[in-house]
Amino acid sequence: MRRGETVSARLWASSVWVLVGFFVLNLLAMIAAVVVNSLGTRWFNTWLPQGFTTKWYFSAWDEFQLGDVLFTTFQVVGAVVVLSGLLGVPAAYALARREFPGKRLVVLLFLLPLLVPPITFGIPLATVLYRAGLAGSISGVILANLVPTVPFVILVMIPFIEQIDPRVEAAARVFGAGTLRLFIHVLAPLLAPGILAALLLVLVRTIAMFELTFFTDGPTSQTLVVALYYAVYAAGVRAGQSIDAMAVIYMVTTLVWLLIALRFVNPTQIVGRARR
Amino acid sequence: MVSASRDFRRLRLDRVSRDFGTLNALQEVTLDVGRGEFIALLGPSGCGKSTALNCLAGLLPLTGGSIWLDDKQIDHLKPEARGFGMVFQNYALFPHMSVERNVGFGLRMQGRRGAEAARLVAEALALVRLGDQAGKLPGQLSGGQQQRVAIARAIVIEPPLVLMDEPLSNLDAKLRLEMRAEIRRIHDLVGSTTIYVTHDQDEALSLADRIVVMRDGRVRQVGRPEELYARPAHADVAAFMGFRNQLAARVVAAGGAEVTARIGAAELHGIAAEALDGEAAIVAIRPDDLTPRADGPLAARVTAAEYRGRDFYGIAATAEGTELYFRSDIRVAPGETLRLGADAARVLVYPRGPA
Amino acid sequence: MPLRLALSRRGIDGVTLLVLPAALFVVALFVYPFLYGLVLSLQPKAGGWLANYAKFFSDPFLYGTIGKTLWLAVPATLLNILLSIPVAMRVRRMHRQRLLTAILVLPITLGTVLIAEGLLLYLGPQGWLNRALMGFGLVSHPIRLVHNYWGVFISLFISGFPFTFLLTLSYVSGIDPSLERAASTLGADTRSRFRHIVLPLLAQGLAINFCLSFVQTFSVFPSAVLLGAPAGVTRVISIAAYTAAFEQYDYSMASAIAMIMGFSQLIIVAAVLGARVLVYRGPAGGGKG
Repeated sequence: MRRGETVSARLWASSVWVLVGFFVLNLLAMIAAVVVNSLGTRWFNTWLPQGFTTKWYFSAWDEFQLGDVLFTTFQVVGAVVVLSGLLGVPAAYALARREFPGKRLVVLLFLLPLLVPPITFGIPLATVLYRAGLAGSISGVILANLVPTVPFVILVMIPFIEQIDPRVEAAARVFGAGTLRLFIHVLAPLLAPGILAALLLVLVRTIAMFELTFFTDGPTSQTLVVALYYAVYAAGVRAGQSIDAMAVIYMVTTLVWLLIALRFVNPTQIVGRARR
Repeated sequence: MVSASRDFRRLRLDRVSRDFGTLNALQEVTLDVGRGEFIALLGPSGCGKSTALNCLAGLLPLTGGSIWLDDKQIDHLKPEARGFGMVFQNYALFPHMSVERNVGFGLRMQGRRGAEAARLVAEALALVRLGDQAGKLPGQLSGGQQQRVAIARAIVIEPPLVLMDEPLSNLDAKLRLEMRAEIRRIHDLVGSTTIYVTHDQDEALSLADRIVVMRDGRVRQVGRPEELYARPAHADVAAFMGFRNQLAARVVAAGGAEVTARIGAAELHGIAAEALDGEAAIVAIRPDDLTPRADGPLAARVTAAEYRGRDFYGIAATAEGTELYFRSDIRVAPGETLRLGADAARVLVYPRGPA
Repeated sequence: MPLRLALSRRGIDGVTLLVLPAALFVVALFVYPFLYGLVLSLQPKAGGWLANYAKFFSDPFLYGTIGKTLWLAVPATLLNILLSIPVAMRVRRMHRQRLLTAILVLPITLGTVLIAEGLLLYLGPQGWLNRALMGFGLVSHPIRLVHNYWGVFISLFISGFPFTFLLTLSYVSGIDPSLERAASTLGADTRSRFRHIVLPLLAQGLAINFCLSFVQTFSVFPSAVLLGAPAGVTRVISIAAYTAAFEQYDYSMASAIAMIMGFSQLIIVAAVLGARVLVYRGPAGGGKG
């Protein structure tokens, strides 16, 4: 604290912290409520449930066929991560290293799917996928999810590639490295941290991506977040506790990856590179 | 709210200290500055000179000591209440304001607007020779022009003290020379009191009335430029002031200020620049003063030499392997053996202690 | 090969072509569906080519959704932006920013569906919040916070604030701290520094931030269904589009509503960005670039 700081300044500072604290407290309490409910036996009109049990996890697993749902989720997420890397990284490299006519237009093309919310483009996209006979299948869900993730990878990677000195590549070429060897020995090691960061973020975003999956999936291609939505939507049919057990399983799948991602990336990157 | 007018007599730092955790960035710095003086805080990076300036400006709270303007204690005042002018290393011009509004900002904060403020701004801009750039944004100006705006902005409020934090370090060499003269001209014209932080000894020597040499958070020496140049008080100050040859020596005879020191087999006559305690000593000589001469006591073999136009500069190694930096009027070439020596008045002897 | 030569003269070589797969993908699955949707929306099941739009703007149950959506999206976005400024001003000088930002990223990662389920439980009549409020004697009966406007509003706030905050934080951190120091040596107190230095330099970023957050809140869907009153006050435009597409299987009408949704967003965004010309739009640094 600076000497001579006035009372009003301190009051202002503490009220800001109280605000942040209130927000974080409610957020954590909300998460805790879900966890406690999923572990409770009967919870009515008290602070805590009457007793604790893990049975809801077993019943949720059977009721919602979570084995299948998780398998689908990982298939979708895995495919989205790999494909958005394969499509996005080379494009980012080209955009970072080359000037060509129409480059601004191309950048705008990649910016739009990130700026337009999935709900808005999801319905026309789903319509097209239905007409093409792709919706309702895993491949349709994967394609839909790639629409925002490919541009995301590109926009995260461009500044990362730009900060690698092109003279390093030039030097490698002077010493006789061909394109392939240049990539394997020079670019891949230099780009690895950036690719890892971008793909981890894609992974977390895809697990949580509701709208696009919701619009394009079918009975056999539900991901976890959509299954959760249907369960909450039809609440009353099932026990609330088993819905929350599924919610906890969902939380754990995202949070594990979030924790891994946070080891490699700055949290601000997760909101995307919207700054221009 | 301006707390101090320009009419003060003394600025006094009394045992000013500043810690960052366990790091003592500033240790009991005491300094007296008279009105109208141009003081340079000189030292290598990390010596505490910028910390001292920020403490003066109020941007960093002290962790010990006090600062006085005459009999008024000011160290508890916030920067905005001190009314000093400050020129930042990166200029810190407000990018969204025109040159005119940048310069007028301080006046505006004092609630001074209208014709009088406009006149003061115009005067300040004229003083830094930017009268025709008033409407531009800082981003449209060159580095030197931005520098002038920063100076005008600091002096327009007629501050008792102008603080400058390495203001020339972002300019190229030619512009630096120009602006150096400009800063001194403005100081003399306005009659302000200036505290100027720099790591460049030429800058300090040419600008300042008095130089404060700092190292490791302490004041090592305060003096006029001539004093510092000719007679650094400590070996480390000497090293910083261009005494590049610092040779380990043993004092063999001392009579008054005159000292005879032995370096290896050679004996040199010099002057004790600091009280000697014991035999262990450091002999400091500028490369300019160490020249080949017939009676030179230091025998050495030239290892490198370069032509600098009027004369030659070289490096020579003694038999013990000590490297000597020297100047020569005649051509020297690597491999040659020379006898090097210096006038006794130019050979400074310091104690070689843990200090 | 002459074509190759001609291309390389224009700066197009093998490396440039790497951009093609991704660009074609986005064209095929983003641009084409949009155009397809636009055309489809002009081919209604019955009536003239503008019948869908005519129907939308004549049926209060449909056109009313725009107002309801705005009534949720604008206050939620404004609240988020206004709160994010003081918090970001405080947090930017913090040393352990990472932990706080990591906590704040949680809601983004959890996604809207989980937040909806969590809030149903937490804000419900038996939930901890109501218990706490009654325990402190602040209310005598549980207040109704779910299945109405407030449930959706709160979920929009919780899921939107982190995004808004992190964006504001990055803009605030982009302002050279020496500018404020300079202002303070020139006599500006905290309030003047904010008003004359920080706010003008932030205005541009806040406008962009508003647009991005607004577009997200305007397309609120799962929480409006789960936490709101999807047949009443929170029947937002995305619900109307969803109903048309997946309950009535009228893809033409659904596309029309999606287009209307897109254009409404576009109009607001264009208006805000248009107002940007009034503020300073340059780097927020204080010296040579």
